[in-house]
Amino acid sequence: MINRRIFLRNSALAMIGAGTAPLWLQRALYAAGVPTPRKKILVAIFQRGAADGLNIVVPHGESAYYALRPTISVPRPSSAGDQAGKTAIDLDGFFGLHPALAPLKPLFDQRHLAIVDAAGSPDPTRSHFDAQDYMESGTPGLKSTDSGWMNRALTKPEGKVSPVRAVALGAELPRTLRGDEAAVAMQSIGAFQVRDAKAAAEFQQMFEASKDPVLQATARETFEAMSMLQAIQKQPYIPAAGAEYPRAPLGDSLKQIAQLIKADVGMEMAFADIGNWDHHVQEVGQTADQGRLADLLRTFGPALSAFWTDMGDRMQDIAVVTMSEFGRTAKENGNRGTDHGHANCMFVMGGDVKGGKVYGKWPGLQQHQLYEGRDLFLTTDFRDVLGELVSRHSGNPSLQGVFPGYTPKFLGLV
Amino acid sequence: MRRTAYWGLGIVLIVTAYAETVSFSTQLSANDRIRQALNRLTFGPRPGDYQQVKSMGLKKWIDQQLHPERFPENPVLAEKLKPLDTLSMSSKDMVRNYPAPGIVKQMADGKLPFPSDPNRRLMIQQIVKRDEAKQGDAGALPPDTPAQDRLAEILSPDEIRSLRTGTPQERLAALQALPHDKQDDVIGALPQGMRQGLFAVAPPELRRRIEFTSGPAQVVARDLQEGKILRAVYSNRQLEEVLTDFWFNHFNVFLDKGADHYYITEYERDVIRPHVLGKFRDLLEATAKSPAMLFYLDNWESVGPATPAAFAGPNGQRRGLNENYGRELLELHTLGVDGGYTQKDVTEVARCFTGWTIDRPNLGGGFRFAERQHDLGEKLVLDLRIPAGGGEKDGEKVLDIVARHPSTAHFISRKLAQRFVADDPPPALVDRMAQTFLKTDGDLRAVIETMLESKEFWSQGAYQSKMKSPLEVVVSAVRASNGNVDFAQALVNQVAQLGQPLYRKIEPTGYSNTSREWMNTAGLMARMNFAVQLSGNKVPGVTVDQTPASTDIALGSPEFQKR
Repeated sequence: MINRRIFLRNSALAMIGAGTAPLWLQRALYAAGVPTPRKKILVAIFQRGAADGLNIVVPHGESAYYALRPTISVPRPSSAGDQAGKTAIDLDGFFGLHPALAPLKPLFDQRHLAIVDAAGSPDPTRSHFDAQDYMESGTPGLKSTDSGWMNRALTKPEGKVSPVRAVALGAELPRTLRGDEAAVAMQSIGAFQVRDAKAAAEFQQMFEASKDPVLQATARETFEAMSMLQAIQKQPYIPAAGAEYPRAPLGDSLKQIAQLIKADVGMEMAFADIGNWDHHVQEVGQTADQGRLADLLRTFGPALSAFWTDMGDRMQDIAVVTMSEFGRTAKENGNRGTDHGHANCMFVMGGDVKGGKVYGKWPGLQQHQLYEGRDLFLTTDFRDVLGELVSRHSGNPSLQGVFPGYTPKFLGLV
Repeated sequence: MRRTAYWGLGIVLIVTAYAETVSFSTQLSANDRIRQALNRLTFGPRPGDYQQVKSMGLKKWIDQQLHPERFPENPVLAEKLKPLDTLSMSSKDMVRNYPAPGIVKQMADGKLPFPSDPNRRLMIQQIVKRDEAKQGDAGALPPDTPAQDRLAEILSPDEIRSLRTGTPQERLAALQALPHDKQDDVIGALPQGMRQGLFAVAPPELRRRIEFTSGPAQVVARDLQEGKILRAVYSNRQLEEVLTDFWFNHFNVFLDKGADHYYITEYERDVIRPHVLGKFRDLLEATAKSPAMLFYLDNWESVGPATPAAFAGPNGQRRGLNENYGRELLELHTLGVDGGYTQKDVTEVARCFTGWTIDRPNLGGGFRFAERQHDLGEKLVLDLRIPAGGGEKDGEKVLDIVARHPSTAHFISRKLAQRFVADDPPPALVDRMAQTFLKTDGDLRAVIETMLESKEFWSQGAYQSKMKSPLEVVVSAVRASNGNVDFAQALVNQVAQLGQPLYRKIEPTGYSNTSREWMNTAGLMARMNFAVQLSGNKVPGVTVDQTPASTDIALGSPEFQKR
């Protein structure tokens, strides 16, 4: 892969002879305030710790599910009054949502939310570390890939690009967004600034005068991004249509992503994560609406639905996709929890998403149908889902560069 | 368009001027040579370093740095490192003395003995007691209970008030006035912010207890990270520190991958550091046999397909060959990606290393050769035959082959030149270094000497051409402003915020050696903020001199980002 910064520098040197202005020059000349055309936006959410897909999208039509999980299964949908909020919410007669995900049901019904089941990474590892790494790099089994799939999914810049075209909410840039294209991590929009205005002005002058063209161009991008974000943070953010984001990390992240989208700063890719899915113990309490999974889902589902409500018509340009490094054992363990497994479910939500359907081939949960005799078998590679979104939603024609060595098979999600 | 062309012309002129300075044949002045040496062979000059090197003579100073064993270490460093007692522990001892929750539970259940040190034993028993109280007592507070309710369980309203009001010193006195065993309970119940406030003013012994109570296993990581900063700031043996950073990064392992949490201290101390000016072959074998690397690249689990161990996995699962180490050994540690090997070589190398495993990784055990996992057949590595039945020696033969391979000589030389000379080091220099590597059987000191005797190292093309890494920029700022580091945790956090969390590079590639790795918007902004904070003495645990050389503008300037 061409290394962008080296490319910039080499072309800066080469152009002395050639006498033409290379791309980086145009990019360096990009000025804040130039209106950016509306772009398609892809939002990726990583559920770290391996979420229990089988209790999130419940195969209530599968009797083996109840046999494998005698004490922690989510009961079959029921309309009995005393069961309200404690059973699966039926989707299609076979699958149902965990009761804590009730806010997502209307989105499914309106066909804006799709689910892909038995999906994930084909690599057999059950190590969080390795599996997250593979899913974020987009190259299962290959450790030395030095960039993330989402960074590679950014098209090579032609002319002007926004300094905040790719944003991750969080302290550090996640593996998913690392790579040759400029990407920014921020803990919050408000925190993205030099905290001393007088010093900031002096820094800006000094970097502008720097003799190192790459450092100078990077500094320009930095000050542009800061001035853009400062302009945004000056107004208090009020979500549209009464949308209420849960006060939890994912809610905060999605709220700020919404704010950036509405400010039209040219963002194309956004990333947020939500941790604590590693439920070996006390995953489920006395009833399905209790326990650590239910608590966490109560911050997950409402965050997604608040984002949907808040974005309104703008959702036409947006797709949101969720993933987790692997699923959990089909059978419950001895601590009201589950251990590291294999395939999982993914959510895909957006205006151009063909929702209202559970995609993917269901492999079954009979003993002989399980992966290595214990986990949900994988029938959809996560790159099929991401590849389709990158290609048909975000419009990147070259998936070879995004998922080297793999040809995604589209499911017809968008 | 016209405006673009106008600006374009301006930038072309600047670029032309810049390009003219990029020359590896124009030699530096005598004074700039000293600056170059201090910028490249240390973590940045302190006030007075320049004069000291000048009066000692550059040649003599370099000679000293190349033989760190010949001159005394800074006594201040030993003093600073003293409280960080995990730095001198074995992995085994760390697992017991700074246990992760799973180990604490095993101790509580009588499956593992408590540590022999009576103080340590007591502290861990207190943790067990608190855990049991939480689980056994039906009225125990749930994990998300607000701190004030937790404190109210332990203290009277007056006592809580005195912990919450007054200067940090007054709050500290209030804590210290409590009975000893109550103090730990209170520390455990404090909200994060208050705990940090106390930490900043606490004497070292109490600081240790605050850290321990917050999570014993975390102390290991903190000591490791703080130790790295303290050494970089205070060590007299600066070149050794710089090289330890280089080689750790070359043979990268990741702190948060399971058992590696307890292996990395030992790895850096006993595997990397002793060999940085020694023979490459020795360094390579030390890493290959280190539990840290065996665990990180999964070799400890790699099993020859036809061996007895292959059929004896948990739940009757088959186990098999794991190629991770084999691949990275060739691609990242020795030959380089274009070094002339095939996928077949990767597999053959992996077969050679089957059986190189760890004796009980969860307890911090050491290297072990497991015959039952080893593939006994014949192997062919880079066209060289390794006869059947070699056992543990198969792996050593692979190391012999790759450590002395011309591709390795070139790959290592180029990487060193990239770190010390320029992002795109002149090929002629790399060739000369590679020749030295091959002639001296991989003597790393000799390779560095060849580099330091070159005209390229002392050229305009090299001078100020490298962007500092976050570690370099943070440490060099502290050194330039004559900073006193009381505790280094805040500096550790700064390095992470600038984009280089220490010991937390997930990928086996390590951090890139080139400037481009650090040329990004968020990182640059964080550098400016760091300059503002440090010069204003707002980084906890650090006090700097306020001089013209240590203002926010000086430390955040474009020039200071380079070396």
